[in-house]
Amino acid sequence: MRSVSIIGVGCTKFGERWESSLRDLVAEAGVIAIDDACIVGEQIDALFVGNMSAGRFVGQEHIGALIADCAGLSRRHIASTRVEAACASGGLALRQAVLAVASGYHDIVIAAGVEKMTDVSAGTAADALAAAADREWECFVGATFPALYAMMARLHMRRYGTTHDQMAMVAVKNHHHACMNPIAQYHAELSIEDVNRSPMVADPLHVFDCSPISDGAAVVVIVPTEMARSFVDTPVRIVGSSQGSDTLALHDRRDLTTLDSTVIAARSAFRQADIEPWQVDVAEVHDCFTIAEILAIEDIGFVEKGQGGRVVEEGITALSGELPVNTSGGLKACGHPVGATGIKQVYEIVLQLRGEAGQRQVDEVEIGLTHNVGGSGGTAIVHILTR
Amino acid sequence: MTTNAPRFWRCIPQRYNLIGTHCRSCGEYIFPPRNLCPTCRRVAELEEYRFKGTGTVITHTTIYNATEDFERQTPYDLAIIQLDEGPRVTGQIVSCPEVKIGMRVRPVFRILGKEGDRGIIYYGTKFAPLADFSYESEKSLSKK
Ligand SMILES: [Zn+2]
Repeated sequence: MRSVSIIGVGCTKFGERWESSLRDLVAEAGVIAIDDACIVGEQIDALFVGNMSAGRFVGQEHIGALIADCAGLSRRHIASTRVEAACASGGLALRQAVLAVASGYHDIVIAAGVEKMTDVSAGTAADALAAAADREWECFVGATFPALYAMMARLHMRRYGTTHDQMAMVAVKNHHHACMNPIAQYHAELSIEDVNRSPMVADPLHVFDCSPISDGAAVVVIVPTEMARSFVDTPVRIVGSSQGSDTLALHDRRDLTTLDSTVIAARSAFRQADIEPWQVDVAEVHDCFTIAEILAIEDIGFVEKGQGGRVVEEGITALSGELPVNTSGGLKACGHPVGATGIKQVYEIVLQLRGEAGQRQVDEVEIGLTHNVGGSGGTAIVHILTR
Repeated sequence: MTTNAPRFWRCIPQRYNLIGTHCRSCGEYIFPPRNLCPTCRRVAELEEYRFKGTGTVITHTTIYNATEDFERQTPYDLAIIQLDEGPRVTGQIVSCPEVKIGMRVRPVFRILGKEGDRGIIYYGTKFAPLADFSYESEKSLSKK
């Protein structure tokens, strides 16, 4: 297998992008990434795009061909593949691109992620997202996504003494980080009281415990590491790329407060990279709900099971802490256009590794990690990146 | 979400009567029914099994903000219930002022939802407290 490196990244501003279509968003992110990689479109061998539900959100399927077309590559007839793993579609697109380059099938490959969610009503969007859960045995009896995470939160609180204030602190921290990120959906500080006073969605989760509905796209360009320096001076190596699966329904899991898919993906990625969790300098984890960030830092292995809430409270995961988590603002505050999220996480870590993260730059970053989850944990994807 | 009728009728025995599967090869009880035991796979000897429906609340939430099909029912309680035979299910809890972890429940047959204004009404199993309101401690649950 060949070593793989990232030579270019691009991301649109996330948010309610009413003026932009799905096609506009992909083209916008793609142009930035291709410029950044110092390549021209004709050099691209293949394309993978992560997208959860364009069929429901904009009535458009066959996104693989569409994206190649939008990129102006239709006359070159390159292989273009859409992949789907709910909210982990972006991470999955990168992993498929990595496999294609590592195996030697392709050299210069694009991994993209896109979701255009605001063309439909909030109710339709919620129902499209609910398709990531078990339609027959969760949604059919009235479950919603916030409800599933609320039930994980309730049990975590009961077992480990995690408090809602600790969950609120995840939102407060991520909103603070987002204020320093130009592409973030929200540029507003949040207080614990703001979270607690926001309307209840599914007890104990309030509106401000939940990530928003967003539009956005992100793109990365990868090549074999041996070729990387012929394009750019600061390539970023992908030293771990791993994926885990689990039951679709939350109730069938071994433990309702652990995402085993994350545990497995992280363990395998660390093994590939030959590093330990404590060596990671900065991480983007899947905080679709505040409790999800607490579960993520435990399941990846940064902290012991049950200690996630306490660690957030102690400021360890803040920008000034020992392990800054979600410097982009996370899904919570940077926004969560589902298919784009996994690629945006990689975009943020690449900026951190290159020292280009502006005000939210972490000191001396050598190793970064991304963690992308589909549904309530049916899929998890972990990537480890180094300079 | 538009569900056409056959999709619902297909699941009526499971939804109305909690019909699942028992694997005689490994002894596992499975819900909803499967034609492949996740433990034994191809060598499994499967039989239909009707669950008693009694169980214990493992975790729960109250939903204030639901999808369109359930909007009219808010707020409502949802729980993950461990059936006495072992498998867990997600279901609504009714006739209960305060749901608690460890609470014992029994199945009740109720309207689950209605699709749109003129859509089909569909029925299924919800859960209500067992008369004696007995609780199991979290410790004894986690051992299972
Ligand atoms: Zn069996």
